[in-house]
Amino acid sequence: MGIVEMAGITKRFPGVLANDQVNLELHKGEIHGLLGENGAGKTTLMNILFGLYQPDAGQILVRSQPVTIASPAAAIHRGIGMVHQHFRLVPPLTVTENIILGLEGRGLLDLKAAERRVQQVAEEYGVQIDPGATVQDLSVGQQQRVEILSSLYRGAEILILDEPTAVLTPQEANSLALSLKKMAEQGKAIVFISHKLEEVMRLTDRVTVLRAGRVVFEALTRDTDKARLAREMIGHDLVALRAEQRNQVLVLAGAKNAAPVEESPAQRATGRVMLETKAVHVNDDRGLPAVRGLSLVLRSGEILGIAGVDGNGQRELAEAIVRLRPLQAGQLVIAKEDASQWGTPDFLRRSTAYIPDDRQNDGLILSFDIARNATLKLFKHRPFSAFGFLNNRAINQFAVELMEDFDVRAPNPFVRARTLSGGNQQKLILARELSQTPRLVIASQPARGLDIGAAAYVHQRLMEERDRGAAILLISTDLDEIMLLSDRILVMYNGRSMGELDAHAANAQTLGLMMAGTPLGDTDGSGGVV
Amino acid sequence: MTTRGQVVLRRSIDWQALGRSTYQAALSVVLSLLIGALLLLVSGQNPVLAFRSLWDGAFGSVDRFTETLVQATPLLLIAISVSLSFRCQIWNIGAEGQVILGGIASIWVALTFSELPPAILLPLTFIGGALAGAVWSLIAGLLKAYAQANEVITTSMLNYIAVYLLAFLVHGPMMDPAGFNFPQSPLIARALELPRLVAGTRLSVSFLIALLMAGAALLYWRTTLGQRTEIVGASRRVARQIGLSVPATIALVSMLTGALAGIAGWGEMFGLHFRLIEEFARGMGSLGIVVALLGELHPLGMVVSAFLFGALVVGGNAMERNAGVPFALVDVIQGCVILLILARGYIFKFRRGAR
Amino acid sequence: MNVELITFPFIVGLLAAAVRLAVPILFAALGETFTERAGILNLGLEGIMLMGALAGFVGAYATGNLWLGVLLALLCGGAMGLLMGFMSVTAKVNQVVAGLGITILGSGLSTLLFRLFFGLRSTPPTITMFPAQPIPGLSRIPVLGEMVFSHNVLVYLALILVPVAWIVLYRTRFGLALRAVGERPDAVDTRGLSVDRLRYISLIIGGALAGLGGAVLPLANLGIFWTQITAGRGFIAVAVVVFARWDPVRALWGALLFGGAMALQLSLQTLKLPIPSELLLMLPYIITIIVLVGVSRRAEFPAAYAVPYSRVEK
Repeated sequence: MGIVEMAGITKRFPGVLANDQVNLELHKGEIHGLLGENGAGKTTLMNILFGLYQPDAGQILVRSQPVTIASPAAAIHRGIGMVHQHFRLVPPLTVTENIILGLEGRGLLDLKAAERRVQQVAEEYGVQIDPGATVQDLSVGQQQRVEILSSLYRGAEILILDEPTAVLTPQEANSLALSLKKMAEQGKAIVFISHKLEEVMRLTDRVTVLRAGRVVFEALTRDTDKARLAREMIGHDLVALRAEQRNQVLVLAGAKNAAPVEESPAQRATGRVMLETKAVHVNDDRGLPAVRGLSLVLRSGEILGIAGVDGNGQRELAEAIVRLRPLQAGQLVIAKEDASQWGTPDFLRRSTAYIPDDRQNDGLILSFDIARNATLKLFKHRPFSAFGFLNNRAINQFAVELMEDFDVRAPNPFVRARTLSGGNQQKLILARELSQTPRLVIASQPARGLDIGAAAYVHQRLMEERDRGAAILLISTDLDEIMLLSDRILVMYNGRSMGELDAHAANAQTLGLMMAGTPLGDTDGSGGVV
Repeated sequence: MTTRGQVVLRRSIDWQALGRSTYQAALSVVLSLLIGALLLLVSGQNPVLAFRSLWDGAFGSVDRFTETLVQATPLLLIAISVSLSFRCQIWNIGAEGQVILGGIASIWVALTFSELPPAILLPLTFIGGALAGAVWSLIAGLLKAYAQANEVITTSMLNYIAVYLLAFLVHGPMMDPAGFNFPQSPLIARALELPRLVAGTRLSVSFLIALLMAGAALLYWRTTLGQRTEIVGASRRVARQIGLSVPATIALVSMLTGALAGIAGWGEMFGLHFRLIEEFARGMGSLGIVVALLGELHPLGMVVSAFLFGALVVGGNAMERNAGVPFALVDVIQGCVILLILARGYIFKFRRGAR
Repeated sequence: MNVELITFPFIVGLLAAAVRLAVPILFAALGETFTERAGILNLGLEGIMLMGALAGFVGAYATGNLWLGVLLALLCGGAMGLLMGFMSVTAKVNQVVAGLGITILGSGLSTLLFRLFFGLRSTPPTITMFPAQPIPGLSRIPVLGEMVFSHNVLVYLALILVPVAWIVLYRTRFGLALRAVGERPDAVDTRGLSVDRLRYISLIIGGALAGLGGAVLPLANLGIFWTQITAGRGFIAVAVVVFARWDPVRALWGALLFGGAMALQLSLQTLKLPIPSELLLMLPYIITIIVLVGVSRRAEFPAAYAVPYSRVEK
């Protein structure tokens, strides 16, 4: 009997059955992997355990007692802690303030005493942290440690981690793995949510696979293998996908390593330089340097992948290129023209496309319908408007065609973008951006959060554009995606380029080192530093 | 779902949603009236008497009915102006100040250029009024666009400033020398007075102009400019990405907003009062906001709600005269309507969920 | 122009008046600091101050006890804060429009109730205000004595409230939670605290203090009530909070700035400057705009400012 037992858990959201009769057992001293692709229901299940949601049916037993976990407070009370994918930390407050936030006590706050206690707990678990530091000044890896400490400080016996390595370099991920193993040795029960086969195989003692809300497989990790897990994760849908996509899908699931990129059979364009940045410097929202003297060259008919952990200047770089952000120094050249002083309209006028990483806030207007979203960039031009008046017929017609061409599934173009699934929303953005056959495409995290089928579609489209001769800048924190799609790869760290290499010369270990700050020249090609 | 090649796709009117909206709006008004009645009861007044004199005051005769339309005129214009701003997420509540500036400017033009023939002077006063309102609103718009200054605060400050400016002018530089020291400006020339729509009443052409502006507003939302407004209102980030200049849109919308309110001021001067007086715009700002919200920020809806509140204002004044109930009851009703309209999403969801 | 009136005692008197006139805005601004730190923008302050002013006046008039007036003002303000809480936290509506609705409601209701209770009289009803109570000893200090230590009790209350507010905000668990909820409500939610409860409390505190601020006008400064007595102070208080960067101590300076502007305007009238009184009356409002413009660009608003919180599903 495990320390936690979830039996028959069912949870419905409008339009989707997120968890369907799910059973899960957690044991002390065990790292339990919860595996499944995006949208399979893993996070929902753990949110139920943590009291953020209530199940529609089923039972939860903690230490053999049936319980109702009505809120996170109740979960914490029962010794359950959760580290979310997007940290729940308050940036302007200090580490200690974040950790003691919400704890009971008498009288006024004694911050000094609290800091001492935080230091104690940190040492107990071998975590390095400065209790007085302000959270927003910490690196992502350090912030994650604060999150974990927060649960440990409260005496959590059961620790849930939701996609914890998504924001870490491979080396940081290793460090986390060691910490988790230590905690398991001390008797904690750990749940490790992931959609990456590789790390689940490495880290966990037991694994449960979820697919479309149901448990499809469960085993001790040592009794199974990647191929089996991949099959269970993706299911018979694998057969339904086209042959070319199958390879991608397996890579995305971590079942295979990305194969070296073959030379595209389609005619590559002239290879002329479409985009060039020359030692550009860009500041972030706080006015601090985010991109420090980065130079790159992008040609027609190729995909240049910008790899790196989130927060190393990629977003600022992308925004500078599409002219949403000014250059502090350096030069930007687009199709042989000096674009350094361009405004956004200038950029848009030159057959360009931008797929932003935040599809809901930057890519679409959720309250608008599909038709209006589809013509966001075009409504000012003929035939969509004339003499200042909109031509709704043309707009609607265009939207219908786009929906068909890009497989956006919705009953009609008048439904609000908000009602579309993540995959359809992304396809809508793709439709809008790619429908005018742009020469230059800036794509940031194009498949983030999408299920395997939609992700494969997005990748397919991008590769088709590349084959058609477009120059594509692909920014992604997902190494698999980078290696799958790119012809060349540039790694960013701390706003600088750590080097560039051809895709078939790249491997995850070398890239990992570069993502953590080792320039290419200092690596030995197989994961070691010279 | 049509396939390629087939011709037209029309967005059908969602009658169900429209009906639901109207029902909820009507319910908000009724509830607010009931709350008002309750307040009267509790303080020892007779609500039946009060509401009867309110009704008679608004609809009791042809003369009263036209008065309702007279009151509705500036409210409609202000509501349209407010709706423009609100749909762009600009919380411009400076209508009262903009109306005042419009009135001041148009009278000033009339008095200063009195030698010009009316055929030229009248349009000039119209332009002057619109321009002044536009500029007054633009101040807040630019401060918001370029200094991120909260427009609710800046426009309400500008309201107070405008009121004092008006007081200063009619007590001083613009005071009628032959007016026995009354705080008012000289009368405008007879020829400049807008023609009456119904003889013997105060209803003038300005009412038609207000309706015209409602029609123009309908068209506005079908233009690229209207689309720009909606995009900036829905998402600044996306707007920037597709190359729209957010500050320019804010400035433009602020000007249009102020211009419409300025026209309301012009209408009050040339259709009703014919001279500058203090307090001619008192309370119009908040009334305009309620009218806009009750009308769901839609031109046709606002025509209806402007009529309704025109009736409340006229009736309210009559109620104070005849039943001794303070006009402030109408203000209370205003506040209740706003809150109920806002909360209707929650209230009605609650009721539906309870079934 | 009577220049000879500008003497040293005149200026000290001006400063003392600045402190006295700052108090209504200070109370409201302190309350709004808590509210905005929790992530809610309450533009209903003007209406709440008006209701508080009426409640204070009526309470004092009816019972002859000024403190009962204070109590009534606090309760009234708190109740309206609760209403704003319902709108922002439970119904999750647009906070700007809700605030406007509350201001319009408070404005109308205070006028209505005043007229209903007192009717229209030739001589308006009055009360005896809180008297000036100089603190023995301290009030004899040159300049500072008159400026700070020779006021009525509500002034002292406001001044004491400033450090109290600071301690609550920075040295209590409640204050910590409040500061967190305005930045990252999901972080607070996940730690088992109730975002809604924190925000409701912040609004009740904000409303009560705004009500008290409004009551200061009839109870300590003017002795009577008239409709629209607050004349925009509620909006000015919101500007002060931005100016103060959501800190109670800086709010004191902001409130003093406006108190000073109002005192200046009054004293300029005494000096019989050749400036028309109406233009002088504009002064506080113009200053508000200028100050707001000056601080807004650099201002770092609480991250969750004016955004309703719902636990994100999926």
